[in-house]
Amino acid sequence: MHFLNLFVVVPALTIVAILFTRDLKGARWASAVGMSIQLVLAGALVFMYLSARNAGVADEMLFTADSTWFPSLNIRYAIGVDGISVAMIALTAVVIFAGVFASWEMEFLSREFFISLILLCSGVFGFFISLDLFTMFLFYELAVIPMYLLIGIWGSGPKEYSAMKLTLMLMGGSALLTVGILGLYFHSAAAGGQHTFHILEIAKTDIPVTAQRFFFPFTFIGFGILGALFPLHTWSPDGHSSAPTAVSMLHAGVLMKLGGYGCFRVAMFLMPEAANEMAWIFIILTTISVVYGAFGAIWQKDLKYINAYSSVSHCGLVLFALLMMNQTAMNGAIIQMISHGLMTALFFALIGMIYSRTHTRIIDQMGGLMKVIPFLSAVYVIAGLASLGLPGLSGFVAEATIFVGAFQHADTFHRVVTIVATTSIVITAVYILRVIGILLLGPIKNEHFEHLGDAHWYERISTIILVLGIAGIGLAPLWLSDMINFSLAPIIGKLSGLVNDVPLVLN
Amino acid sequence: MNLSDLMIMRHELLLTLLAVSILIMDLGAGPKHRYLVLPVSLILFFVNLIIGFLPVREGTLFGGMYHTSGLIILMKNILNIGFFIVMLQSFTWLKKEENKLKMSEFYVLLLATLIGMNFMISSGDFLMFYLGLELATIPMAALAAYVHHQTRSAEAGIKLILISALSSGILLFGLSMIYGTTGSIFFNEVKAAYSSEPLQVLGFIFFFAGMGFKISLVPFHLWTADVYEGAPVGVTSYLSVISKGAAVFIFILVLYTVFTSIDFLWKDLTYIIAVLTMTIGNLFALRQKNLKRLLAFSSIAQAGFILLGIIAGSKLGMASVIYFILVYIFSNLGAFGVVAAIHDHTGKESMDDYNGLYHTNPRLSLLMMLSLFSLAGIPPVAGFFGKFFLFTSAASGGYYWLVFIAVLNATISLYYYLLVVKAMFINKNDHPIEPFSSDITTRLGLLICTAGIVALGFYNTVYELINKLSIGIN
Repeated sequence: MHFLNLFVVVPALTIVAILFTRDLKGARWASAVGMSIQLVLAGALVFMYLSARNAGVADEMLFTADSTWFPSLNIRYAIGVDGISVAMIALTAVVIFAGVFASWEMEFLSREFFISLILLCSGVFGFFISLDLFTMFLFYELAVIPMYLLIGIWGSGPKEYSAMKLTLMLMGGSALLTVGILGLYFHSAAAGGQHTFHILEIAKTDIPVTAQRFFFPFTFIGFGILGALFPLHTWSPDGHSSAPTAVSMLHAGVLMKLGGYGCFRVAMFLMPEAANEMAWIFIILTTISVVYGAFGAIWQKDLKYINAYSSVSHCGLVLFALLMMNQTAMNGAIIQMISHGLMTALFFALIGMIYSRTHTRIIDQMGGLMKVIPFLSAVYVIAGLASLGLPGLSGFVAEATIFVGAFQHADTFHRVVTIVATTSIVITAVYILRVIGILLLGPIKNEHFEHLGDAHWYERISTIILVLGIAGIGLAPLWLSDMINFSLAPIIGKLSGLVNDVPLVLN
Repeated sequence: MNLSDLMIMRHELLLTLLAVSILIMDLGAGPKHRYLVLPVSLILFFVNLIIGFLPVREGTLFGGMYHTSGLIILMKNILNIGFFIVMLQSFTWLKKEENKLKMSEFYVLLLATLIGMNFMISSGDFLMFYLGLELATIPMAALAAYVHHQTRSAEAGIKLILISALSSGILLFGLSMIYGTTGSIFFNEVKAAYSSEPLQVLGFIFFFAGMGFKISLVPFHLWTADVYEGAPVGVTSYLSVISKGAAVFIFILVLYTVFTSIDFLWKDLTYIIAVLTMTIGNLFALRQKNLKRLLAFSSIAQAGFILLGIIAGSKLGMASVIYFILVYIFSNLGAFGVVAAIHDHTGKESMDDYNGLYHTNPRLSLLMMLSLFSLAGIPPVAGFFGKFFLFTSAASGGYYWLVFIAVLNATISLYYYLLVVKAMFINKNDHPIEPFSSDITTRLGLLICTAGIVALGFYNTVYELINKLSIGIN
């Protein structure tokens, strides 16, 4: 069997294994084993990828396989990875691994929970290995729909409302996507060949600019909804705060990255002219996301809402950097995806663990946790510092690269939006330090909290692997950015030569 | 013409034979053995279903009134499959005490409508078409009024017969105009003589309206909800799937082979009606609490989606319509099968009764969820492929805005399908429906639906076969 197929087959087999278990104990061990295998596979994939590149393989996509599915429509099951998708797969494997350990005590309908969770992650893996728009879209929807049950059944707070809102908004996004994908398909035969869904083949044809103008907004906004593009981000705070811990981790950590990944792999890569023409609209929207999300986080009192708004801000930054369309900024965008994925997963894991001890998420009701649960508190501080961009952790690498890249544009429009977006760093520092101050330091406000137990072994596994990832990227970012840079080249190649066409109105 | 020529009517002949033999069995069997009639007719129909797949000669009969081809045989076989599932699902209900005296009539009447549909699909002129249509409709009214001691059921029967009479009248009026202007009722002669003369256009619009009643397109849909709610569950599922499917089959055949010269006209009409049907069907479904009514309105919306395939006017369009109907048979019968099973055991059919169903009847809930997801077009179940191909065919004609409206409607429909899922999986209930186990026939019916829903998408051969047999305009 082809190596990449394993990334879909292993979750599928894990689901089958869970079906044969009887209770929580069996289900969680089955998932843990399955996802450990997945993690090892992801490590092997990174290794194989790097050694292939070092050996001088210069193909755009590696490990490709291609088999026909519906011949009459030329729908194929085509898979392959480049540096960017390898990085995303590694991220997903780490987050789902941590997520399984973070839901170790999921008592209620535990088998169903793990099955839905792993179904969700198999959709994500499938999405990242796909090269065919049809299968990509199939996996995309497969990743979205289990969210409804995961939030609706195991969530907290106004879970039914949040679950419905999230599902319908994301499905609305895929409504836009359908049109975009079909538009690409029917314009892919410009050279007189057969219509195709294959991304690399579409990239070779020049799609007429008029068609691009029509379909680019559909595709970009369709993926952008999942990437929390302002003003269509509203599903994100509600969804994340109602979801159970592992689902918030996976959703904010990985699923939102599907949006960013799709935006550049499909929308921008395949429709470069339109991307250049319309970038300014979306740059303004994402700048609003970045600043607004950060401000939103300041007002919140609920830990999950704080982190959800911070995700809106950070994911906004991803789209912002992508739209800058130069090597440095796009590189920063990918690193930001990885960094934010690890960081936000860590945050949500910690919030879940703290909540399971204190039974509250309102920061004013807690205080002095550093004294009673030092391990969790220390990790919280690390996550916080990564989030506000302290050098040595992943957040710094990402944000520094993004802003350097964005500032390379010399015109007024880009300069202004970059400066506006940079303010988010300060605002982020405000809300992170405020939470740390109130939550972890100071006196213990509630006497019941004096006897809380610190992290269990499974919670330590879950957090340590995420911290390792954050510190690893922060201390040795070059291998990651090299891997990304190589694969960004063809995308930049399509976009460049067109850059800097900022409409005259704005200059 | 000799006897072997007659054999190309194999589907119709076998069904007639079956209907007559069930009647005779019912007469001949004593009171002790009457319970055997149902299982025997099930088995006989299954044999007929298998024989249907054996190769058969193509050809025409009666001077072109009747014709058959690989495509038509395929359509008949699809209807046969759906019919078999309906037979299985109504089995438990027919065995009840209240139906004891008339249980075999149910199958006979149902078979009569199927024979009508087969003739309708095979028709080569408007006379045969009309005869088939009437044969497919009139017994339906008797079936809808089958539970004669219930006012709702009687009301459904009356409504159905009145609406059918009205729509047949309109249709017939249109046909008479077509005959008047072209001088023929044969499809190929009508095709040759057709242009966009005003009277011909009017005749066509009347024909379209008549078919609109049968497929329950907006604005001709008003009868649907009441009839679906009042009729027994088995009849409702039959009406919403098989009747609708057969009407769509002949509709697309006639549009693609007869009215080709005015395709611009019917494409515009279809565009408007598709938007109306999807939107209004969905908006009404949003507020329904009774599951039969909910599925009724959702089936109106689904008919709107089907029009997206018709509008393409191409081979791809016809293939996606036939494939979608095949998928729709499994999905909708899966949903109705669960409703029927629960109705048989508890008599409940409101959404609130389904609260907490997963905790007591997990398998039924899972199947219901799969069917609803398939209806909504969620991967990896077959409905996703069906819908995507419909959208693809509409996009191939350049109707991107129509596709967009349709996908938005699919999202709206997801809302009410999710409400049912929410009731079963999320809502709490102090008195959920007790756990029960169904009969072997019901289970078999549900099992076939599940297999269809899960496998049809991934198993590409089915779609490719349909695509090979399909035809476009010209």
